[in-house]
Amino acid sequence: MSTIIPFGPQHPVLPEPLHLKITLKDEIVTEAIPMLGYVHRGLETLVSLKDVDQMVQVVERVCGICSCIHAHTYCMCVEGILGIEVPQRAEFLRIIWSELHRMHSHLLWLGLLADAFGMESLFMHCWRIRERVMDVMEATAGNRVIISVNKVGGVRRDLSADQIRWIRQVIDELEAELDKIKPVLTNDYTVKKRTVGVGVLTKEQAYELGAVGPVLRGSGVAQDARMTGYGAYKYVDFEPVVETDGDSWARTMVRFRELYQAIDIVRQLINKLPDGEISVKVKAAKPEGEIVCRSEQPRGELMYYVKGNGSKFLERVRIRTPTFANVPPLLAMLPGIEMADVPVVALSIDPCISCTER
Amino acid sequence: MFDMTRTIIENFFSKAHTRLYPLQTREPFPNVRGNLFNNIEECILCGMCQKKCPSQCITVDKGAKTWQVDPYACVYCGICVENCPVNCLYMESPHRKPTAEKIMNQMVQVKGPEKKKKTAEK
Repeated sequence: MSTIIPFGPQHPVLPEPLHLKITLKDEIVTEAIPMLGYVHRGLETLVSLKDVDQMVQVVERVCGICSCIHAHTYCMCVEGILGIEVPQRAEFLRIIWSELHRMHSHLLWLGLLADAFGMESLFMHCWRIRERVMDVMEATAGNRVIISVNKVGGVRRDLSADQIRWIRQVIDELEAELDKIKPVLTNDYTVKKRTVGVGVLTKEQAYELGAVGPVLRGSGVAQDARMTGYGAYKYVDFEPVVETDGDSWARTMVRFRELYQAIDIVRQLINKLPDGEISVKVKAAKPEGEIVCRSEQPRGELMYYVKGNGSKFLERVRIRTPTFANVPPLLAMLPGIEMADVPVVALSIDPCISCTER
Repeated sequence: MFDMTRTIIENFFSKAHTRLYPLQTREPFPNVRGNLFNNIEECILCGMCQKKCPSQCITVDKGAKTWQVDPYACVYCGICVENCPVNCLYMESPHRKPTAEKIMNQMVQVKGPEKKKKTAEK
């Protein structure tokens, strides 16, 4: 006999309102049907009320965790239509802040995962380390999470020499702290028991279902939107992090290794940071035309479609967020696992439902 | 297997990583975007802040000579401060204290800036 269990939208493990209708047969999941729409805010419709510049602050609020990358992608789109060339220093600063966002997002997620499988102390440690990144963001950008540094034509804040020195020191300390929690994640019995071999997504499945980000790379496909070399990524030397197992453990390790990668990218960018202007003046932007821009968020590939009609209000902004692409792979992972593993597997795609529903 | 155990035991004897918040507060970093204020006597009431604000939280009334911000709608982006032509807006770093009722931050201009006509033309 099968039972249908509603998983979420209020669930102690997930702060996100993800709702899955899970069909069980003796504690084993046979089918999962997602129900979305609990936090739809109609942000895309706001283009008719907010002008091109004000929309930067709106798209930042699509996601509470990776605001900087949303604003960056939107600005790239508008700049692309208007044909504005952003100063090189601004490009570097944008990516420095983006990578700091990736660090804090992954640390937040690692903490949440630890909390999901019941390792409270690891959760606390991850969030303690994360607090250092948040301090950097607060001191350099002015806010902690929604840092509001991007604008059409460049960035709004500059980094002083003192701040750069401080960031370098902080990321060095961060690396030492990560080295400390690394053996816990890689060797601990509790972590392995809950993640190894759970929620397997094969390489073919990941590719066919259109997985993005760490979910795709955890299944062995080396695809990263940063490799397209947008922004200052073309000046940085890095390889996408790939794991081949395709289980929750592989996805955890991809994210954990991406933390080191982000530290490395920030270090490279700081070393190469050019002098010069941080923004170009854009007067009364009235974009006309359409464009698609892609970027890599902590959760995966983000896509923006922007259409302007020659007025100060855009005609359409369409946002395809990474979690939207990662929901079908999640549904492929769930059948065959135990009900008790569902929270950990659901969390392993790093769902951001407020992103998905916008 | 006992990697975390060592850290946990260490934590019993080390200093706490957290603060006793209301009693002990951290100094905010300089240039952090906090509460928005207007140096009202220098304000030319041009309404640029109201026009640029992405959350429409500022109301400027030229006739009544008032400037009002709704701190509960403000998103702390600091765009008004950047776009102010006379630089009379400023943000203070400390965050707002919790309150039991919603109070709008309203300011009334008494005298106004001295070279009012000249700046208005700009």
